[in-house]
Amino acid sequence: MLRLAPALIITLLVLPVGAGLVMVMLPAFGYLPVLGGHEASLAPWQALFAQPGLARSVAVSFASGLVSTAMALMMVVLFLAASRGTWLDRGIRRLVSPLLAIPHAAIAFGFAFLIAPSGLVARLLSPSLTGWERPPDALIVNDPWGLSLIAGLALKEMPFLLLMSLAALPQLQVDKRLMLARSLGYSPTLAWLKTVLPSLYPLIRLPVYAVIAYATSVVDMALILGPTLPPTLSVSILSWFNDPDITRRFMASAAAVLQLGVTLAALLCWWLLEQLTRLLTRNWLTNGSRQRGEIALRMVGRSALLLSSMTALAALVGLGLFSLAGFWRFPELLPQMLTLDHWQRSAPMLVKPLLNTALIGLASTALATALVLATLENEHRQHLQPKRALWLLYLPLIVPQIAFLFGLIVAAESLGIRPQLGLVIAGHLLFVLPYVYLSLAEAYRRLDPRWLQVASSLGVSRNAAFWRVRLPLLLAPLLTAFAVGLAISIGQYLPTQLLGAGRVTTVTTEAVALASGNNRRLIGVWALVQAGLPLIGFMLALALPRLLGAKRRALAT
Amino acid sequence: MTALATAPLRLEQIRIALAGRALLAVDATIAPGEVLTVMGPSGSGKSTLLAYMAGFLDPAFSASGGVWLGERNLLNLPAEKRGIGLLFQDPLLFPHLSVGGNLRFGLPRHSNEKRQLVSHALEQVGLADFQSRDPATLSGGQQSRVALMRLLLSTPQAVLLDEPFSKLDTALRQEMRALVFSQLREAGLPALLVTHDHADAKAAGGQVIELG
Repeated sequence: MLRLAPALIITLLVLPVGAGLVMVMLPAFGYLPVLGGHEASLAPWQALFAQPGLARSVAVSFASGLVSTAMALMMVVLFLAASRGTWLDRGIRRLVSPLLAIPHAAIAFGFAFLIAPSGLVARLLSPSLTGWERPPDALIVNDPWGLSLIAGLALKEMPFLLLMSLAALPQLQVDKRLMLARSLGYSPTLAWLKTVLPSLYPLIRLPVYAVIAYATSVVDMALILGPTLPPTLSVSILSWFNDPDITRRFMASAAAVLQLGVTLAALLCWWLLEQLTRLLTRNWLTNGSRQRGEIALRMVGRSALLLSSMTALAALVGLGLFSLAGFWRFPELLPQMLTLDHWQRSAPMLVKPLLNTALIGLASTALATALVLATLENEHRQHLQPKRALWLLYLPLIVPQIAFLFGLIVAAESLGIRPQLGLVIAGHLLFVLPYVYLSLAEAYRRLDPRWLQVASSLGVSRNAAFWRVRLPLLLAPLLTAFAVGLAISIGQYLPTQLLGAGRVTTVTTEAVALASGNNRRLIGVWALVQAGLPLIGFMLALALPRLLGAKRRALAT
Repeated sequence: MTALATAPLRLEQIRIALAGRALLAVDATIAPGEVLTVMGPSGSGKSTLLAYMAGFLDPAFSASGGVWLGERNLLNLPAEKRGIGLLFQDPLLFPHLSVGGNLRFGLPRHSNEKRQLVSHALEQVGLADFQSRDPATLSGGQQSRVALMRLLLSTPQAVLLDEPFSKLDTALRQEMRALVFSQLREAGLPALLVTHDHADAKAAGGQVIELG
């Protein structure tokens, strides 16, 4: 059984993505018998290209993905280079997991509340600096250039890239490299940039690609922060698929294929930029310059990431304030009165979505964890090296959700599977599995094999050793991986919305649905609940090993 | 290599302690071109002494005493301004740079004739054609020689050696010792060697301090 696990995981990831892509490709070229498309044609494409504003949608999707990723990556890299060993470094390292756990939609709402014309920033500066007595009539959120979308995406991507970097760094003998470079006269930040970064980047390349793919095709954040007339390509696709005129499905499929192309083009563009950067910095790496720019780089590196982390936290505070606000006149920084009304009125409506969220999250994460454990245990027993095929794990993260989920529904329906809770759980599994694997694999492989050798020399069977030795020793990373899986599941918007046909409601789908209305109090409540759930998971993951291992000093870390 | 350092390296009443427990006390002067050997078993704090002098002491340790290079008090300077070169057990050639790139990394920014300096350095250690090689394709001994030349090209004022021969096999070890010590003498650098191998101390030929 165990031997089937790796194949099963790969199948589970590749088959749905592949089937989804095929079933979106066919209608894109006019073939979908259920809807009366019996022969290949280019009509869907002609209809698509006749859509007003298409070029702008494509441009915003493409640019927001690349620019936000570049910003987030630069912030992370400069931070790591400039802050090594400082209090800032230790503080941010502690913050990064909770920051990562906050779902996209919650960050987007909170950020919108900060920067909106009547948001917290405007209130802080008014009327003293701006002279505004009433909110300015400016389109800041949903700006046509996608600038607020770019900023929101960068905020959310930063902790992900930071965590991926922190996970990769221990392999690189960073301390020795820096010691050597500094003894050769290099100042600390430049030493890091010249000796650590060139080895670090290849290790975080796939996560960077996943970020680009996500950012070029994101739906929930674009609904909240992105431009509206026209919206990003991904949001347009969603509205075309949901159009009551069912023949629009053909054009929507063509647009989904176009989205795939836009994402691939963005990835290609990034790859070219990588090559260009490598060429341009080749000389710089060995030109012997040891001090130049140190101060500026250090200042930027420390302040940029600090500022963006503070922004993310302030966004959460903003959500809290709005959810509790009673009467709140414009330039006042704080509400005149606080009230629990919005919470009380929302409570009955929260129950069903909360139950759904918990059920879907727990089920998909439990399945994912079991599969990942089986794969890792098999790898260990067969003495296999981590397979090259593992990059397939990134497939659901690199192929845009909007490009294959519609096809997946068509494929499922042709098998007689209707959109419902089960399908949503299966869909979440696609996105939860890679993250659970990534967060567990390293700890699993690093566990000293002698523990299990000791166990078997004491006459314990391999299966018993797995349950009685390996799992208890891996409790902490296991729980963390579980919390990561839960956080990923809780944050999913599109898979829940599409695979549940809009009938399976979670806190995320409900919160995003509020975006079109303008009830900030209500949004504050829902977004805060959405942000709080994953945090509870992370807190449990931290607390449980301490409680269970309280009498075992070597475990309680 | 070209710029002969003339200042002696002075270790003035250095005392290092960990959690209140005294680890070591050293007081010595190393003349240019001379090698002082500090011997001791592992745990005796000899690597800690190097970290203190080079500016990388773990804050868990408490240390007192002065490190002087001629008239300069090194302890007031950040690690990168001390002019102290390090040679470790592992050659630590940067994997993202070629052999030549590693050597250029050591060269000061405004050196003249960088190309010549690099190829001359490689010739000196018998690796003339190795400029564009990937360091990972070199043998352990070859890597150590490149690391030595990278260090010397950076024109340090003093050198600290942390068991630099312990990972080499016996035959290679003799050869590397001779190479390292002759190069250091030729460059006129004061050097401090920590080791637990008596043969190292003998080959270094200078004063010996036994710890622990």
